[in-house]
Amino acid sequence: MKLREVAELVGARFLTGEDLADREVCAGFAADLLSDVLAMVREEGVLLITGTVTAQVVRVAEVMNLAGVLFVHGKVPAKPTVDYAAAAGIPLLATPRIMYESCGILYAHGLPPAKRKPLPYEHNHPHSSPP
Amino acid sequence: MSTTTPIPPRHREIFSVVGLDLEHAGTVSTEVQRILRRMGVEPEVVRRAGIVCFEGEMNIVLYTPGGRIILLVYDDRLELIFSDQGPGIPDVELAKQPGYSTAPDWARELGFGSGMGLPNMEANSDKLEIRSRPGEGTVIRAVIRRGKDETAGGSGATKA
Repeated sequence: MKLREVAELVGARFLTGEDLADREVCAGFAADLLSDVLAMVREEGVLLITGTVTAQVVRVAEVMNLAGVLFVHGKVPAKPTVDYAAAAGIPLLATPRIMYESCGILYAHGLPPAKRKPLPYEHNHPHSSPP
Repeated sequence: MSTTTPIPPRHREIFSVVGLDLEHAGTVSTEVQRILRRMGVEPEVVRRAGIVCFEGEMNIVLYTPGGRIILLVYDDRLELIFSDQGPGIPDVELAKQPGYSTAPDWARELGFGSGMGLPNMEANSDKLEIRSRPGEGTVIRAVIRRGKDETAGGSGATKA
């Protein structure tokens, strides 16, 4: 799914990175805890769906090579954060919809869930990696 | 261990990290990744180094007055050394347990402090050494071996 389709489906606007609207998103991962993003996302090209709007969201997106960030709940990051994302080439989208609804819409339209890395204490756990 | 070879690093860089500087927290990690990419380091190694560096950097920013991060790039491995003048970790084994956290509420509100920092550093490193003395500070050395084509992380993924 392309970022452009993500924006259309959830009624999001591009805060920055509209020139990258044709970028392909391979999967979705929703979290407010950046620790979870750092510990669990294993693929590149994932869309992060979050209600956290701190500057660190964009740094995490950069470190993890995410395809973009969709801010939910009508929240938007401060201008310096948007400017940083623009310079780093990280598209940022914002929707007034809540996280649950945004995820539901994208999932229903075929955006698959990101594969989750097993946590250190759950090796050999049958549910550590979704089928 | 093979990590004591006397060959000098191909590249060495020292970054200073200011405690509680949330505006810039994370920028050392993105800079480290840029350097590694420019040097042609394997993408999976760059990714793991970015994660290890980010967790280490956030620990210095959130819990200490400041410190520094040293990046050493060798042909066969990377090393990231984090040192700080913080309060130290009284019980390192306890701090390495997933979910154990002493983070204040304000750190959690920023999306950190879920007690996954050290376990995640360990999971993405091939070797992680932690030396800490309460009241004096902490030094963490992470070694990431190069030339491996893995997608699931470092040796932490194979440890029982």
